[in-house]
Amino acid sequence: MTRLLASLRIALRALMVNKMRSALTMLGIIIGVSAVIAMVAVGSGAKARIAEQIASMGSNLLIVLSGSSTSGGLRFGTGTVPTLTVDDAKAILTEIPAVKYVAPSLGGVAQVVFGNQNWSTIVNGTTPEVLEIRDWRLSSGRSFTQQDVDGATKVCLLGQTIVDNLFGGIDPIGQVVRIKKVPFTVLGVLAPKGQSTWGQDQDDTIFVPLTTAQKRLFGMQFPGMVRLIAVQAREPELMKDVENQINDLLRQRHRIQPKQDNDFSVRNLTEIMATAEQSADVMSYLLGAIASISLIVGGIGIMNIMLVSVTERTREIGIRIAVGAKGRDILLQFLIESLVLSLIGGTVGIGIGVAGTLVLSSFTQWPTLFSVEAILLAFLFSGSVGVFFGFYPARKASMLNPIEALHYE
Amino acid sequence: MDSLIRVQNLVKVYSLGEVEVIALQGVSLSIDRGEFVAIMGASGSGKSTFMNILGFLDQPTSGQYLLEGINGENLSRDELAEIRNRKIGFVFQGFNLLSRTSAVENVELPLLYAGTLTSKRKELARKSLSAVGLEGREHHYPSQLSGGEQQRVAIARALVNEPSILLADEPTGNLDTKTSEEIMGIFQYLNRDRGITIIMITHEADIASFAKRVILFRDGKIVDDHRNLDPANAVKGGAGK
Repeated sequence: MTRLLASLRIALRALMVNKMRSALTMLGIIIGVSAVIAMVAVGSGAKARIAEQIASMGSNLLIVLSGSSTSGGLRFGTGTVPTLTVDDAKAILTEIPAVKYVAPSLGGVAQVVFGNQNWSTIVNGTTPEVLEIRDWRLSSGRSFTQQDVDGATKVCLLGQTIVDNLFGGIDPIGQVVRIKKVPFTVLGVLAPKGQSTWGQDQDDTIFVPLTTAQKRLFGMQFPGMVRLIAVQAREPELMKDVENQINDLLRQRHRIQPKQDNDFSVRNLTEIMATAEQSADVMSYLLGAIASISLIVGGIGIMNIMLVSVTERTREIGIRIAVGAKGRDILLQFLIESLVLSLIGGTVGIGIGVAGTLVLSSFTQWPTLFSVEAILLAFLFSGSVGVFFGFYPARKASMLNPIEALHYE
Repeated sequence: MDSLIRVQNLVKVYSLGEVEVIALQGVSLSIDRGEFVAIMGASGSGKSTFMNILGFLDQPTSGQYLLEGINGENLSRDELAEIRNRKIGFVFQGFNLLSRTSAVENVELPLLYAGTLTSKRKELARKSLSAVGLEGREHHYPSQLSGGEQQRVAIARALVNEPSILLADEPTGNLDTKTSEEIMGIFQYLNRDRGITIIMITHEADIASFAKRVILFRDGKIVDDHRNLDPANAVKGGAGK
C-alpha cells in the first residue's frame, strides 16, 4: 500500500514536470472518450424516441385486418373488403383469455366542416376501448360510451390537429361539426401524440361510435362489418400466442378450409417497431465502434510518449534499480503513470462529451440520452487503454540493465 | 576476523559482437569487516567491472564472489535487487541523484523499495542526512546544492539502509580538491567511528592515500595490494556527530 501510494506520487510528479506533453497525450484519450459519450448519447436518444413512439401507439398491440377475399376469381387486397364483423371482435375478447381489450373499427376519409372552416381527415368508427388499447388520454371533455355505440349517437372525439385547423381558439367541447354533412356533437379532445414512426400525424383523426360510422358515414352492404379489429394482449410475452389463437379462431369462424388462404391478416405492430428499435441499436453500436477507434489512436499516443519518457529517464531507472527497485516496482511506476494519464483524459473526455452532446442536441433538436453505464464503460475503457498501451513501455523500463542505464547520457 | 567479501578466481569476459574483451582474468582477494579499501588502476584496468560485480549489478563469467557468505550466482534479477537494497550502498562519480526530488526523498529511495513505512522512512532519512552534516537541507533539490553537498546526499542515501558495504565509484571525480577532502573526511568518520566497510575506486593517488588498504588493478589483474600504515587524515568537513 505504501509502495502503491509512493508510486502514485512519483507518477504524478513525472506528469507535472512535462505539463504540455502530458496534456497533449491526454488529448487523444479526451477526444476518444468524448466521441464515444456523444455518439452513444445520440444513438440511445434515437432508440428512446422510437420506444416512446411504440408506447404512443399502444403496447402489446395486434391489428386484425379484413380483406384479401376471393370473389369469383377476383382477389381483393388487404382491408379492401370487409370480412370481419363486430361478432368476430366479441369472439376474440371472450374466447381468448390472454386478450385484454378489443376495439373493432371502421374508418375512412371524410370532409369535416365547422362554421366556415373545413378539413379532410380520417374518421374512425370504433368503441371506447380504443382509448385503452392505444393508451390515449383526453385533453378535455369526455369520451363516448358503450351506450353511444349501442344507440348510434352522433357524437365525436377530435384529434388536436382537427381542433387547431377548425376551431382557432374556440373551445370545441359541445360544438357541432358536420362530417359528410351529418352533424356531430364534440364530446372531447384527444391529447396530442405527435408523429408516428412512419411520419404520419396521429392527431389528424376523429373518433365516432362504430355504429354511427356504419349507419351514417360509411354505409355498409352488410351490417356489422368492420375493417379492422385492434387487439391488446395482457402481456408482451403472450403476443405470439394471441396471434396464433386469433388466426385459428377466425379461420374457424369464417369456415376457411385447411388449404385456403385467410380472408384476414394479423399484424403485430410491436414487432415491426422492435425492428426499428433494433436498427437504432445497430446504429448506436456502429457510432460507438467508430468513436472507439479514436480511443485506440489515443492509446497509441500514450504508448509513444511513454516510450520517449522511458528513454529520457533511463538514468533515473538505473538509479532506482541500483538501490533495490525490483522489476515490478519499475513496471508499476510506469503503468501507474500511463493509467493516470488515460484516466484523467477519460474524466475530462466525459465532461467534454456530455457538454458537447448537450450543445449539439440544443442546436439540432436531436434526442440524446446519457446512460450511467455508457459513461462508466467509457471511463473503464480509457483506463484499460492506459494499461494496455502503457504495458510495453513499462515492461521495457523494468528490463533495463542497471549498469548501462546508470551510464546513459 | 571473518571475511566480509571473498573473491576467488573471478573472470569476466564481454563479447562485443565478434570481439571478446577480457575485463577480469582471475581476481582473488578477501576484504574484512571494517576495512577502507581504495581500488586504483588506469581506465580499462577492470576496476569498474570488479566494482559492478561486487555490487551485484553484474555477474562474473566464472569464479566465485561471496558477500557475507551469499553467492549471487544463481539469483534472479529481483533477488539481486533485494541484496543490493539490504547489503550495499552505492556512491557514484556523477552523484546520480534524482533531480526534481528533494534531498530527503532521494535518501528515502532505498527504504521505499524495502517497503519501510512512510513515517519510519522520513525519520531514518533525516538521521542519515544529519550523519553527513546536511541537517536543515532536507528539502533542498539537487540543483540547489553544491557538488559536495550532492555527493553527501548520495552518501546519506547509500547509508540509510545500514548496508554491509559502501561501494564508491570515483566519488570525488567531479569535485574540487577541497571538497574531495571533505568527502574523504566523511568516509574516514564513517569507517573509523561507525565501523562501516568502504570500497572505493579512484585513479588519484591523493584520494587513495586516505584509505587503509590500496589495491592496484592492471589489465584485469591485481598487481599490488598493500596496507596503508599511516593513512592521511582528512578534515572532517562538518560531518556528523
